[in-house]
Formats: sequence, C-alpha cells, structure tokens
Amino acid sequence: MTEPSDPRSDAESEPRPDSDLAAPITDQSEWEPHPGADHEPAGLVAETSEGTQEMTPRATTEPGELRREVGAVLRLPEGAAVDPEDIDVERGEDETMIINMGPQHPSTHGVLRLMLELDGETVLRTKPVIGYLHTGMEKTGEDLTYVQGATNVTRMDYLSPLHNELVYSLSVESLLGLEMPPRSDWIRMLLVELNRVSSHLMWMATNGMDLGSTSMMIYGFREREMVLAFFEKTTGLRMNHNFIRPGGTAADLPDGWEDDVTVICDTVVERTHEYDELLTGQPVFRQRTEGIGTISAEEALALSLTGPILRSTGVPWDLRRSMPYLRYDEVEFDVIVGTFGDNFDRYSIRLNEIRESVRIIRQIVEKMPAGDYRAQDKKVTPPPRGRIDESMEALIHHFKTFTEGFRVPEGETYVAIESPRGELGCYLVSDGSSKPYRMHIRGPSFVNLQGLPVMMRGGLVADAVAVCSSVDPVMGEVDR
Amino acid sequence: MTAGGANEVVVAGRDRYLSTVRELQSNGFELCADLCAVDYLGHMDRPLPEGAGRERFEVVVNLLSLSRARRVRVRVPVPESEATIPTLFDLYPGVEAMEREVYDLFGIVFIGHPDMTRILMPEDWEGHPLRKDYGIGRVPVQFKEAPGPR
Repeated sequence: MTEPSDPRSDAESEPRPDSDLAAPITDQSEWEPHPGADHEPAGLVAETSEGTQEMTPRATTEPGELRREVGAVLRLPEGAAVDPEDIDVERGEDETMIINMGPQHPSTHGVLRLMLELDGETVLRTKPVIGYLHTGMEKTGEDLTYVQGATNVTRMDYLSPLHNELVYSLSVESLLGLEMPPRSDWIRMLLVELNRVSSHLMWMATNGMDLGSTSMMIYGFREREMVLAFFEKTTGLRMNHNFIRPGGTAADLPDGWEDDVTVICDTVVERTHEYDELLTGQPVFRQRTEGIGTISAEEALALSLTGPILRSTGVPWDLRRSMPYLRYDEVEFDVIVGTFGDNFDRYSIRLNEIRESVRIIRQIVEKMPAGDYRAQDKKVTPPPRGRIDESMEALIHHFKTFTEGFRVPEGETYVAIESPRGELGCYLVSDGSSKPYRMHIRGPSFVNLQGLPVMMRGGLVADAVAVCSSVDPVMGEVDR
Repeated sequence: MTAGGANEVVVAGRDRYLSTVRELQSNGFELCADLCAVDYLGHMDRPLPEGAGRERFEVVVNLLSLSRARRVRVRVPVPESEATIPTLFDLYPGVEAMEREVYDLFGIVFIGHPDMTRILMPEDWEGHPLRKDYGIGRVPVQFKEAPGPR
C-alpha cells in the first residue's frame, strides 16, 4: 500500500477510471483564463449567471467532484425549465383534476390510497382505496383453533391489540356460555383501558405530526412507551400480546402492578395538561382544526360511523356506557361528547378520553378483587404448570388443549366492544368443532373510512391530511 | 355481567329482506353496525328456525338501535345458483364498503349497489377467497423422504 500520490504529478501516468465520464466537458478551450492570472494554474474562472465561479483545473479535480459536476449539468435551474406558455395543452377553467394521495404517503397512516378530485386546491370528491394490506386474516382464523385464534386477531388493529383479543375471547365465551371469575374481568378491563390510553397517545402523536407539531409526536411516543413497558412486564410483549384468551387471561398480573399503574396514571394525567398548553390553546393548532372536516350526526349515523367520530357530532354513544360489557357498569366515568363534529372536537374527545380512562384505571386499582384470573372450566382452561409434573392425566390434558383445542357448541354470536376507534365487533359461527367455522371482525376503521368523503368535501387539500388523521384509521384493521 | 352475545335474531327470506330491514329501521334501528356473509358449504345441517330456507350462503346484517340500546341480527339465506341480494345502500349508505367486501370475498352480488367492485383483493383476482371451496393457499411441507446426509 503506497501513499496516495499527488494527482497533479500523476495525472497523465495514471488514467482516471472515470475519464469517459468526464470527456464531454474536459475541453478547456472554451473557458477564458482569468485576466490577472499569469501564474500557473490557480484555477479556472468562469462567469456564470450566479457570478464568478472558480474551478480547479480538470487534471487536478477529484473523481468525486467530477461526477458531481456532470450531475450538475443534468440539473437545470428552475427558470430554465419548461415555460408553461410553450406547452400546447388546453386546460379549461372548469376542469377538475384527480390525484392520488398514497398508498405510500406518510400521512395516510399506512397503505391507504385516497383518490382526490380537486378543483384548484378544493377537494370535491374523495374515494378511499384500500386492500393494500389485505392478508386474509378472516380466512386464516378459520384454520386456527380457538386457542390459537387470539394470536391472529391481535394483529389486526395493531395499536389496540388487547381490544381485538378481548372481543374475540368474549365471543368465544358467549358461545361456550362460560361464567367468568370477577378478577379476570377486572384484569381485562385494566389492560384494555391502558391500551386505550396508549392508542390515543399514539393518535395524539401522529395527529400532531400531521399538523406540523413534531414535539407532540415525540411526547406522544414517550408516554405511550411507558404503557407499553407495563404491557411488556405483564404479557411479555409490547404489542400483539395474545394475553387475553378465551377462558381468561394467560397469567395473573405481576407483583407490584398497582405501583406501576399508579405511576403511569399520575404521569399521563400530568402530561395531558402539557398537551393542553402545547396544542389546545395554541392559535395555529385551533385554526387548523376548528371547523375542518365537519360531519353531522345524521350523516355519521347513516354511514355507520362509531367511536370518537360519532361522539364528536354530539351523539353520546359509548358501548361501555350504553351496552356495558365486563364490569363497566361498576365504574364511574364520563362519555365525552363534542358539538360540531370537526377535527377539534375529535381531538378534544380523544384527549379527554385519556383522562377518563385514567379515572377508570384508578378505580380498577382500588376495586381489583382477589381470585382466579381464568375460568376453572376443565374443558377450556389448561391445567396449571405445577400439575403437569405430578399427573400424567394433566400432561395429556394440557397437550390436548394446545394441539386439538377445545370444542365450542354449535351456534353463532355477535359481540361488540368499544375500541379506541369505535365499535369493534366479532361475528363468530361455530359448527361444533375446535375451529371457528367463520370469524368475522367488524373493524371500526374499515367503516369509519367511509366518512372521509363527507368530511373532506369542500375542504382544502392541505386539510385532507388533518382530516384523514382525525379519523384515526389503522390499516391493519381496515384490510385485515 | 360478562358479554352481551345474546341478541335478537331474525331469519328472513330474500324476498322479504328489504321490507324486514325497512321495518326495523322505522322501528328505531338507526345504525347498520355490520354486514357480512357466511358460506355454509360444509355445515349445511346447521340449526335453523322452521320455514327458513336452507341455502349455501347467508348474508348477516347487524342492526343497532341507539335509542333503545338493542341489537338485532337479520340472517338472509342466499342460494348458490343465484347468489344475488338487493342492496341496503338506499336505507343505510354505510353498508357501501361492507357489501363490497362481501362481494369481493364471497361473490354475492348486491343488486342496485352503486359500485359493485372488489375492495380488498386486486381487481383482476379470480375467485372469492372466503368461500369454503377456495383453497387456503398453503404450501405443503414435505418432512418425509428428504435427502439425508451422506
């Protein structure tokens, strides 16, 4: 290995690898030498449109520099590009334009494609085009046993996986007619409410990002990470937990969970006040959200919209309150309702739902009963780990539960819960075997996307990003 | 209280489908929560009330009454030979995407639907994946007779 030699002396002895590339512009004759430059080449000076520019002689230019020069020739200055007057294309005054936003657009929260018909900057029509993330999870669900099914559904709405597991487990249990022990219900409520907090925090983060508030994005992810850390401690995973299963939960809560949850509650409530200062009272934020993306209660009901979108129009519909499941009738909380059905209402509903969820969680910490965390039904619940070492029957039973699964009586059922995005339903048909005959998930995002054309009509294309964000679609659930 | 899976179920024939749903809507079921279908090809002996047609497909509509906090489920048998059913679009515009999904995955055509195209699968896809005679697309793994080490 020799020392890198001076290119000036070796320029002719060592042919440059990119000599072909540099050939078209190596002709130095067209460059005027600098008037006062009598001494040997200090450099070439060219008068350009941007003033005098000095260049080192071609022979002394580094290969990397040469390539950049060639590239610069290919780039035209903006003014020298095409003059619109020169193009021979007729464009009428009343002509509209159709553009595609997505499926790779960062503000569509996944692979959502929006076809927008624009008149200037005004959105006339919107058509959401979906299916880019379709993986046939409902078909997969028919091939998995009831025990395995929770691993499948948890991957649909990846921001609130515990809600998916809950609705699936509730529907299986309703077919089984299982009587659930109280502690299992309360554990499920605790996890689901924490999940609602983390999902809404994630929404606050991405919505802030879409409106240009990068700090909100950092804060939202920071707080969400606290909740996910608790999930990791409890379930072993940050997301896709497979913790809520038909027949109860996979395990009991870890020791000292009350302290962890209390810390999360205190911190999150404290931080929501900071969000108030950062966003709620900020004039720029309010101007970008107030009166944008409005929808009326009649339109929302006709389009089957649920969740924060329906509540933002003033309809106090929350399944936790109206058709209680688990033990929601034993805790106190308020249903947050908006008035105008615009982006700001949806923002404040989600922000205040975080506070209400924290309120519910604090009551759960107080009221958590002792007892079993899963139903003691020998058909559904595998024997505890300790029994396997001492009993052959327990070992066989455990093996059978996880290979064949348990049989569910014939029938069909529809169970719905309130997910952070709206009504999350599960329609389950059983033919008496150990696999669901049909498992259909009613994803709230899938239905809520239909509200986009109404909310966007007449708005500006710049607000389309904000409106799309306020619907909070999760494409994993939309396409399933 | 654990789950509210016990809902009212109405099994209606195809000819009475629209009138049944219309009557339910006027009785306060303001919101069509869900619309899906089931292919009963491998489970034709399912329990059904007296007089209900036993067909291969069933379209299942979940209606919700906000004022009375009640749900009702309408099950409509649809024969394989003529897999068509009137659309609910005029009563509940929110079924637009759901009916397209059923068409896409089951091949049941909703007559009168404004845009009866595929929604989840690619436009040029052949077949309807959620039908029971549609393969799952699994690649079989051969464990036996693999070439052993020499």
